[in-house]
Amino acid sequence: MTERLRVRVDPDKCQGHARCKALAPELFELDEYGNAHEAGDGTVPPGLEDKAWLAKSNCPEIAIDVIEE
Amino acid sequence: MSDVSQPAAHPPVTDWVNDFDHTDPQWTDDPFPIWEELRAASPVVHTGRFLGCYMPTTYEAVREIANDTEHFSSRRIIVRDVRPEVARNAAPPITSDPPVHKPAKQLLLPPFTPDAMKKLEPRMRAICNELIDGFIADGKVDAAAQYSKYIPVQAIAHMLGIPESDSDLFINWIHMILELGIKDENRLLQAVQEMSAYFRTHIEERRSKPTNDLISYLMNAKDKEGQPLEESHVLGSLRLLLIAGIDTTWSAIGSSLWHLARTPADRERLIAEPGLIPIAVEELLRAYSPVTMAREVVKETTVSGCPVKTGNMVLLSFPAANRDPKMFPDADKVVIDRRENRHAAFGLGIHRCVGSNLARMEMQVALEEWLKRIPDFRLDPAGTVTWSQGTVRGPRQLPFLLGKAM
Repeated sequence: MTERLRVRVDPDKCQGHARCKALAPELFELDEYGNAHEAGDGTVPPGLEDKAWLAKSNCPEIAIDVIEE
Repeated sequence: MSDVSQPAAHPPVTDWVNDFDHTDPQWTDDPFPIWEELRAASPVVHTGRFLGCYMPTTYEAVREIANDTEHFSSRRIIVRDVRPEVARNAAPPITSDPPVHKPAKQLLLPPFTPDAMKKLEPRMRAICNELIDGFIADGKVDAAAQYSKYIPVQAIAHMLGIPESDSDLFINWIHMILELGIKDENRLLQAVQEMSAYFRTHIEERRSKPTNDLISYLMNAKDKEGQPLEESHVLGSLRLLLIAGIDTTWSAIGSSLWHLARTPADRERLIAEPGLIPIAVEELLRAYSPVTMAREVVKETTVSGCPVKTGNMVLLSFPAANRDPKMFPDADKVVIDRRENRHAAFGLGIHRCVGSNLARMEMQVALEEWLKRIPDFRLDPAGTVTWSQGTVRGPRQLPFLLGKAM
């Protein structure tokens, strides 16, 4: 069974360190202030699972969730 | 002048846990064992120096304080011997608390996004190579004074639209504010006045001849009500951008080169795998974080179970947080490819450094260009490495021999 992942950025916690964008540019977008949000609906395309976990574990504000669906 | 107050000499520290002093020469030379001792004693320690000051010693305690703007104010952000009255618009947004902070911060963010930094990158590469051209034939260099120092100065001068050739003027102001100013009020005020006069001249010039730089950007910025910013706000933010952007990154680049000079294995790895440099930059930022901030306790509370009382300052040491072994396995080792790294070198919470994307780009480019042209270098045994004192830590004298050892 393949497990699907989704990433989600908590906009109240994000302070724009932009680590997620550097580590997983396919999964995150930055707004005009440099604050992050998930790309599209946050679905992690197959093959990018490691990058999702990497982004989560490098966010200094603990603002990123990786949800296993 | 009748009012010439001499800076007070600090007695040497003998009891670090109850009487710490971040300006003590022992701290300046090698703070890491001191932080370990303080952390083992308590998550929050206190000193009677600086009119009373706490220091959180763990990552968790640092995070608690950084996220608690109700009890901890940013109106004073340098721990000093004196507490003169706070100036309005000192250096917004770094000296601002909510609710004033957010609009002031949002104003500065768009020019510093990663995309904006990409546009600056070619100029940065050229600056690095011009500097390297200046000393590579000599076989030796002071990598702090001849390389690291000029990279951030020229970058921020370029962004502000002021002459890159005024670099030494800016460096002197910063030395007066961040180092001499801890103990000498007059030097700090003199530097602030000189900076304001300098920027006023540049603002005047732009009234008749608008430019496409950060000074014009701030002059034309509007607040929430659509009104132009007060002149004191524009000047405060310009002072902030100049001060905050220079010796911080200068220190980070210098510390990184210092580490690579002493660690051939890491150097060889980065030369073989230049794609690893951005990850290495994060680890070097963690292990040698330059910037220690401060807060003022404005309401009594507890931090990690320890009571803190109003009237005290807080030395908010992101560098010490980044060495907490509870947060980072092998915290005292540079693990050049560390995968999980929630380091706090650029702060935590609403005051996250506005220039973090600029600093990262400068560090990456500075290391990439250096390693391409100078793969072999080492500390010059005939020279001495010296470190800056106080709020920003980095090498100020960094003598290297270039080329393979004979």
